[in-house]
Amino acid sequence: MKHEITVTVNGTKHTAEVESRALLVHFIRDVLNLTGTHIGCDTSQCGACTLLLNGQAVKSCTILAAQVDGKEITTIEGLATDGNLHPVQEGFWQEHGLQCGFCTPGMIMSSVDLLGRIPNPDEQQIRHNLEGNLCRCTGYQNIVKSVQFASKKMSGAAGDD
Amino acid sequence: MYPAEFDYHRPGSVADAIKLLQDNPEAKLLAGGHSLLPVMKLRLAQPTALIDISSLSELSGVSEDGDALVIGANTTYHDLMNSSVIKNKLPVLAEASDLVGDVQVRNKGTIGGAAAHADPASDLPAVLLALNAEFKTVGPSGEKTHKATDFFVDMFTTTLEPEEVLTEIRIPDVSSVASATYLKFAHPASGYAIVGIAAVKTGSGEVRAAVTGSVPIAVRLSAVESEISGKDLSDDNIAAAAEKATEGMDFVGDIHASDEYRAHLTKVYTKRALKKIAG
Ligand SMILES: Cc1cc2nc3c(=O)[nH]c(=O)nc-3n(C[C@H](O)[C@H](O)[C@H](O)COP(=O)(O)OP(=O)(O)OC[C@H]3O[C@@H](n4cnc5c(N)ncnc54)[C@H](O)[C@@H]3O)c2cc1C
Ligand code: FES
Ligand code: FES
Repeated sequence: MKHEITVTVNGTKHTAEVESRALLVHFIRDVLNLTGTHIGCDTSQCGACTLLLNGQAVKSCTILAAQVDGKEITTIEGLATDGNLHPVQEGFWQEHGLQCGFCTPGMIMSSVDLLGRIPNPDEQQIRHNLEGNLCRCTGYQNIVKSVQFASKKMSGAAGDD
Repeated sequence: MYPAEFDYHRPGSVADAIKLLQDNPEAKLLAGGHSLLPVMKLRLAQPTALIDISSLSELSGVSEDGDALVIGANTTYHDLMNSSVIKNKLPVLAEASDLVGDVQVRNKGTIGGAAAHADPASDLPAVLLALNAEFKTVGPSGEKTHKATDFFVDMFTTTLEPEEVLTEIRIPDVSSVASATYLKFAHPASGYAIVGIAAVKTGSGEVRAAVTGSVPIAVRLSAVESEISGKDLSDDNIAAAAEKATEGMDFVGDIHASDEYRAHLTKVYTKRALKKIAG
């Protein structure tokens, strides 16, 4: 069974036919060729496939493409504007929040969700809110620092730091 | 990993969803999909059709009805944590939701899906039992209301019939809840409950408690309740009541925790939960 879906991804509207059982992550990677969204575990555990669906971090390996008809998606490719990194991307760069980089797109999308809800999280809040993203390399210390960097930068830009 | 093939339907109303369930005997409802899709990807479930009710607005939202709170089945953990009504009137539901899975799971998983799925390690069923929640279902033969103690039957089994939709969860007598808590010993990797204890104290001194994770399906701790209710929540009385937490109960054991260990944790967490509601 096929379904026509229309979905806005990183600001661009796409209309496509998808199978009932096509997963959102396959649609993003294989149809739209946005391969920044990774598949790690494929069992809803690791968060490498995290993207923003209507502004909320979700695991795209655990959502059907047919379910996102009419919705808005942001992937890692949609964060930078005019060649300038998003503050969270900059944070991961500055604070060495990555080693192999496999978990990084998902980690960054979850951090964007977090900073939208809690602009100035403490360390415990950062760790709690990134529980859905696993990293096998960094030991998380520098990831926490990266989010703190972004938090400072974003609240500074808003003028309330 | 792709699930086996199925048809996908997105009905516009609960009535249409019920019709689709009647026409497709092997169909399943899809809410947040965070219990169903993982098992379909592993081919442990192969429904022939999915009926996506996640965008039905008649199933979402939290509202007050006199002294009751009415929670639509589609309300996500994220919505529960951010609802001002829940935060003001029944913060235990927000606190328990914050312990479920991770952010991404809380953004998709629904209270109705958690109740209907009746996973033995699921968190909210224990809280709903301790709050005396009522479950409203709609099916071909009309509406029914079930008490929480009747709704949860066994592991992955509720009173829901195959052609019924759980539409709302109602918490009665909210103002009678003087204090409430949910404490969880989580599996360090999966985050699911090895044991979870919910406890509620009412203004008139009634104590209700329920356990999940360590038992085949969430259930009220009736021996604990009758031991403590009406008594003051002194350390001695709490210790005596917590000892009853294993009375007449069967515990589950697996590679993560033996039945003996789970029974022990059940007593420990019952004691902690009772101390917490004692204040
Ligand atoms: C990585 C991960 C970690 C998790 N950790 C936890 C945890 O720590 N604690 C916890 O409690 N849970 C946990 N969960 C499970 C999560 O809470 C599920 O989202 C929830 O249990 C099911 O809700 P859902 O809306 O996703 O239901 P779905 O997966 O959509 O549906 C589940 C079942 O309920 C049925 N159903 C759904 N809605 C209705 C309805 N309105 N009427 C009748 N039947 C219905 C469906 O047909 C299906 O059989 C975790 C899940 C994942 C993927
Ligand atoms: S690939 Fe989706 S959670 Fe791991
Ligand atoms: S940087 Fe390698 S998995 Fe996180």
